[in-house]
Amino acid sequence: MKRESLNVKKVLIGESEITKIIDRMVYEMIEQFSQLDNVAIIGIRTRGVILADRLLKRIEEKENVKLMTGAVDIALYRDDFCKGLSSPKMGPSEINFNPEDYHIILVDDVMFTGRTVRAAIEAVMDYGRPKSIKFVALVDRGHRELPIHPDIVGKVIETGIDDKVAVFFKETDGEDKVVLG
Amino acid sequence: MKHLLGIENLNKDQIMNILETAVHFNELNQRLIKKAPTLKGRTIINFFAEPSTRTRTSFEVAEKRLSADTYNIAVSGSAIQKGETLADTVLNLQAMGPDALVIRHSVSGIPQLLADIMDCSIINAGDGFREHPTQALLDAYTIWQKLGGFEGLKVALIGDIYHSRVARSNIYLLTKMGAHVSIAGPGTMIPKEVEKMGVTVEKLPKYAIQDADVVMMLRVQNERASNLLYPDVREYSRYFMLTPELLKLAKKDALVMHPGPANRGVEIDDVVMDGEQSVILQQVSNGVNVRMAVLYLLLGGSDK
Repeated sequence: MKRESLNVKKVLIGESEITKIIDRMVYEMIEQFSQLDNVAIIGIRTRGVILADRLLKRIEEKENVKLMTGAVDIALYRDDFCKGLSSPKMGPSEINFNPEDYHIILVDDVMFTGRTVRAAIEAVMDYGRPKSIKFVALVDRGHRELPIHPDIVGKVIETGIDDKVAVFFKETDGEDKVVLG
Repeated sequence: MKHLLGIENLNKDQIMNILETAVHFNELNQRLIKKAPTLKGRTIINFFAEPSTRTRTSFEVAEKRLSADTYNIAVSGSAIQKGETLADTVLNLQAMGPDALVIRHSVSGIPQLLADIMDCSIINAGDGFREHPTQALLDAYTIWQKLGGFEGLKVALIGDIYHSRVARSNIYLLTKMGAHVSIAGPGTMIPKEVEKMGVTVEKLPKYAIQDADVVMMLRVQNERASNLLYPDVREYSRYFMLTPELLKLAKKDALVMHPGPANRGVEIDDVVMDGEQSVILQQVSNGVNVRMAVLYLLLGGSDK
């Protein structure tokens, strides 16, 4: 979604709250993965990668560990590729390790229909068979179309099916916020 | 963009978009599992009415790595040998509902004709003397990867320019991207008014190659009667073969390219072809990435 062309109706989450939410997600992740030595965090392009990077840094600081990390692009794995939409701009997938040795945590900014997560799972599987895959999202806006649920969510928000929810991050958009458009 | 008929009608942004997309397929092509489900259930027909090893295989590899269903047709073994016209053949193929047709044909303009009468995407894999767009794109990709850009580069293009669709597509592409193209070949193989395409014509290779960043050799195309255009092979190679001595005139580390299949000892010396500056085999590897990018962009229906 192009952030600049978005007609912002309402800011749902501000900067200080995002920091707190990410802090809490970090604690939950540490709790859920008692052994962190075979965990890899993989962000889904584009903003999932930024969130993954933030989570990774915080976990590494807190627990004094080094985690594997990577990024996955789902353009080739979309289930709506042939539906007459434009070919999505591709980014590189970067998984420079064998997933078979790791518990994978997939990270994205927004959880919506579940189709992106499905595509990301398939993309990761093409690199090998991981020990397990979990999914973490900053925001869950509902309206699932597949039987997929996040393991850890920052915040659940009520939305209409036609609403647009966009996450802004400092690294790409200059500020941290979640908006309704 | 629905069809890829040539480079002539592409703009700089479209060309860059294809090259940038190809980069991402490079990653996929180095994985253990070199396949993505993107074109699952899509049908692509490869119709090669002229011999081809590299291009046909490269297209087929690209199609299969994107999970498309592919069918190959060659003229020998097809109904064209029984006297069916090309238009009838392709309309019959269309009735089987392909999503794309990759066509190579000895007559210039056939891809455009097919685009007019068929519903599916048409990808030109070389038509007569006109264009071979995916070859120019993979050449450009190779140059871009190795040298980082096009602006201000000097590219020497040596050999039978007249019969070469590779030359024509490359001239369109490189001049659009801001490179300078210098050509040389026997006078009979230089098309009239080729300067209007924005190239410099030199009498001898040594002038074209002088300080070049890229030296691109073209094949002597005896099947297109190249042999009528020069006295004999020995004379041709004496004046126009890329030798280590000639290559020394180019910039240090200049790239040596050839679209293949090469006639060793005619247009290119063995030592140069197998030398460190040769990127001929990398061109072939890059061809798969670039063709995957083209299929991805065309069949995704980016302008719908």
